[in-house]
Amino acid sequence: MSETAQTRKVRRAIGEGPATRIVLIMVALVFLGLMLIAPLLVVFVEAFGRGIGVYLQALALPDTMAALQLTLLVAVIAVPANLIFGVAAAWLITKFDFKGKSFLLTLIDLPFAVSPVVSGLIFVLLFGANSALGPWLEDNNIQILYAVPGIVIATIFITFPFIARELIPLMEQQGSSEEEAAVSLGASGWRTFFQVTLPNVKWGLLYGVLLCNARAMGEFGAVSVVSGHIRGLTNTLPLHIEILYNDNKAAAAFAVASLLAMLALVTLAVKTLLEARFAGEIAAQRRH
Amino acid sequence: MQVRTVNISKRYAGLAALDDVSLTVQPGELVALLGPSGSGKTTLLRTIAGLEPPDAGTVYFNDRDLSDSRIQDRGVGFVFQHYALFKHMRVMDNIAFGLRARRKNKPREDEIKRRVLELLDLVQLSGLERRFPAQLSGGQRQRVALARALAIEPSVLLLDEPFGALDARVRKDLRRWLREIHDRTGHTTLFVTHDQEEALELADRVVVMNKGKIEQSATPDEIYDTPATPFVFSFIGESSVIPVQVGNGRATLDERLLDLEIGALPDGPAQLYLRPEDVTMVTDGGPGIPGLVVSTRRIGGMRRVTIECGLARHRIEFDALAEVPINNSQRLTIRVIGGRVYGAGAEGYETERLAASATSDFKWAKAEGWLDR
Ligand SMILES: Nc1ncnc2c1ncn2[C@@H]1O[C@H](COP(=O)(O)OP(=O)(O)OP(=O)(O)O)[C@@H](O)[C@H]1O
Ligand SMILES: [Mg+2]
Repeated sequence: MSETAQTRKVRRAIGEGPATRIVLIMVALVFLGLMLIAPLLVVFVEAFGRGIGVYLQALALPDTMAALQLTLLVAVIAVPANLIFGVAAAWLITKFDFKGKSFLLTLIDLPFAVSPVVSGLIFVLLFGANSALGPWLEDNNIQILYAVPGIVIATIFITFPFIARELIPLMEQQGSSEEEAAVSLGASGWRTFFQVTLPNVKWGLLYGVLLCNARAMGEFGAVSVVSGHIRGLTNTLPLHIEILYNDNKAAAAFAVASLLAMLALVTLAVKTLLEARFAGEIAAQRRH
Repeated sequence: MQVRTVNISKRYAGLAALDDVSLTVQPGELVALLGPSGSGKTTLLRTIAGLEPPDAGTVYFNDRDLSDSRIQDRGVGFVFQHYALFKHMRVMDNIAFGLRARRKNKPREDEIKRRVLELLDLVQLSGLERRFPAQLSGGQRQRVALARALAIEPSVLLLDEPFGALDARVRKDLRRWLREIHDRTGHTTLFVTHDQEEALELADRVVVMNKGKIEQSATPDEIYDTPATPFVFSFIGESSVIPVQVGNGRATLDERLLDLEIGALPDGPAQLYLRPEDVTMVTDGGPGIPGLVVSTRRIGGMRRVTIECGLARHRIEFDALAEVPINNSQRLTIRVIGGRVYGAGAEGYETERLAASATSDFKWAKAEGWLDR
């Protein structure tokens, strides 16, 4: 008997027979195709269905451009804000011991637990004309609801958990011995944080930032409640898509939707590229 | 730099990890902290480094009270039990970290580089400066951790089980090498171990800890030859225990007089602790204690014999020459020529452990239904 025939007979130690494996792979592929790839394709097919000219026209509408600008603006404010909040919260929770820690942990999860629409309503109740803050805001000429500040606040609220949630388990697992080593070597708290703590979690942090960004650009529910849907002023891309769709402008709606989808795809591509580029380093640090 | 802790206490959730610990390490001394797991060795080291604030008591470096001093200002080189190297930095950046973190007298970058290469040479890792910690073996990581701690020219060097995770062969090499480095650099050094051989071989002085207290602090010879407590006796080296009676300044076993110095002990029951070399076989028909051989095993050139003797059939281990034939169930007569008698009340390490494992065996047997059969 030849040697290859012999090795072929040896079953892999882990795993089922080939039939089971094929079935499992098929199930996964069908599910992925139906739930993820098909909808994405539909978006692009519908968007370009009437030609590239119609597509570009739909995008070039002033309202669309304004919505794109607003969406980017909101993401540019909300993501850095949550970067700082998230890192600070994760640092506090994992490297220090204090009373009320589990309460704080629960609080961080709140935006995940509450429906986005309810979150939006919370801010309407908080800043609306009938609220305790309302008259004061009006007296000082501060417009929060139905304006950019309201949208930004709602987005920050909704996307708050992404970065903190990504960092906490990571930092917990790493413990504080490297930090202790750093301070015993004479490093200040800041130096320890920037040179030891942060580099150790940078991949988790990047992932958290990308997720946070994707959600900040795509958030619909909470933003819809606080924005007031003023065309060209307080419409973000998701809100704009809905309006177009309701106006029976399906092609335009899909064109804008494809824009949003592309932003998301770019985000994922960036992440994949970075991971491939630094695969060696990531593996080296994870080992042991 | 002299290191002194005065009446340090530390509790975790009501349990004392350190109980009124006072310890002085003289300048340039190499001291081993020895004790079983959970005896508070790491806690004491961390308290000295400032990583753990004590509930009570004070740490002094020379005569400086460190109660309000920050960790950064203590100038302590700490080598952690699990290395705690900076994973994302290369070996050279790990070692340079302390020098770069300096505010005052920060050396120039080329000076730092020179120091790092010098230290790498000292710990015999030249050529590995561009590796990441994950690309090193355990022993190499340990040496990087030591080089990193030495880089800040610490006034005190604290090492927590520096060789704990290494195999016996590498441990021995690193042990000798640490002694050499200590003799060359002259740092006041305190290192933790739960390996008695390591402590006795390496240290100028051994501090034996148990349950958050210091049992004895003495030279390796004193620790082995005149253990202050039954715990130290049984934790260091091999030992057997038999209950004896003390009366009129003499110890008796089953009313047979033992030829032992017992010091000032009150009359009443006491414990005799024996090392294997404290017992000999009587072959000339002289007086002695009769016993029955239970088991024998070869240890190097000697034969370790376990016999049961006395009315209560206590087990004693002693060494006989390998040439002398000794069989199981053989009757022998032995004579006690050494050992120490401790008054009742004090507990040894072995007895505690045996008692603990006996009860757990019992529970296990019960759970398995063995006792009902
Ligand atoms: N952070 C902590 N929280 C609660 N209990 C602790 C903490 N650190 C130590 N302890 C307890 O204090 C006691 C002493 O611990 P310590 O780490 O000093 O032991 P050790 O002598 O270093 O043991 P080992 O040889 O296993 O490292 C143990 O009972 C341990 O459970
Ligand atoms: Mg320890």
